Amino acid sequence: MLNLRLYLVQRMSAMIMAPLVLGHIVVMIYANRGGLSTGEILGRTQGSVFWATYYGVFVAVVSLHAAIGLRVILAETTGLKGPALGVFTWGFCLATLLLGGHAVWAVVAP
Amino acid sequence: MRSVPKHLEVSIWRGDSAGGYFEDFQVPAQKNQTILDVVSWIQQNEDATLSYRYACRVGMCGSCAMMVNGVPRWTCRTHVNKAMKGNRLEVAPLRNMPVIKDLATDMDVFFDKWVKAEGVHHPSKTREDVIEPITGDNIERAKANAGIECINCAVCYAACDTVRGNPNYLGPAALQRAWTVYNDVKDAGKRAVLAAVSGRDGCHNCHTQGSCTLYCPNDLDPMGAIAGLKRATIAAAFKKEVG
Repeated sequence: MLNLRLYLVQRMSAMIMAPLVLGHIVVMIYANRGGLSTGEILGRTQGSVFWATYYGVFVAVVSLHAAIGLRVILAETTGLKGPALGVFTWGFCLATLLLGGHAVWAVVAP
Repeated sequence: MRSVPKHLEVSIWRGDSAGGYFEDFQVPAQKNQTILDVVSWIQQNEDATLSYRYACRVGMCGSCAMMVNGVPRWTCRTHVNKAMKGNRLEVAPLRNMPVIKDLATDMDVFFDKWVKAEGVHHPSKTREDVIEPITGDNIERAKANAGIECINCAVCYAACDTVRGNPNYLGPAALQRAWTVYNDVKDAGKRAVLAAVSGRDGCHNCHTQGSCTLYCPNDLDPMGAIAGLKRATIAAAFKKEVG
């Protein structure tokens, strides 16, 4: 269910996510306390390669991490295994990637 | 001083892999009495058809483990007072293994996993070679020593919720054995061990819940051994030795 490669991907994605989550919280507090309006925030993110990369990477690692975590939960609670488990894992990963990518594009598209 | 009741109320699981039920017995209470004493008394005095397994009676052979009031225990070394809830004992076959009859489980799957995990010796020398002395201050030897007192009782295996969720998971005992073999400086199969524990049902499925370490009657630390295997496999993966 969880071989060495999947384990490594999940742990490494967690290592990448941790500083990104902290950075996201800091930015949120800064934007909130600074009283930035939606327009002012979009003014900073639209066309920004930095924010596109920041949240693009975030979405990518979240997609991998969440899909593998849910794979384990699903397998252990329902007994699902074989190709169906793989379809669920990578289907969920792709769906999260598409939805997250769409959301990132909405705030960084020039 | 705690007063000793005249009788213990004991429920014993009867049945086989198809199903079963708990049968109640009254067993004379003694000041010094183990769970195995209670089961043996029932078999000798109440119902000779009761099936259970034991051999040494001194905590060395690992054959008498059962679920006692929901907890996996070595019954020959568990005093009744330690396990009793009120005046009641509920004795059932070990969890996570098929039942042969009553309290005797089929442990084949448990031992097969030791082999699947490469928990076997891989010779590094021939009988013509001189025996290599290994001193006690050898770091690998110390890690191997930490797990060699395992008596194969399957208490950790019965306690493991990951085995419950995934019956193919190798389990704490086999993985601890693999870690012991991996740290044996006289073993030549380190890569084979790491490859065996890195598969779909290997050490990376462990959730580090710690039931194995909590319930091990010999105070061993299978959870720590599994953590060691995780570190060793990751290091080997970055060197492209496994994966």
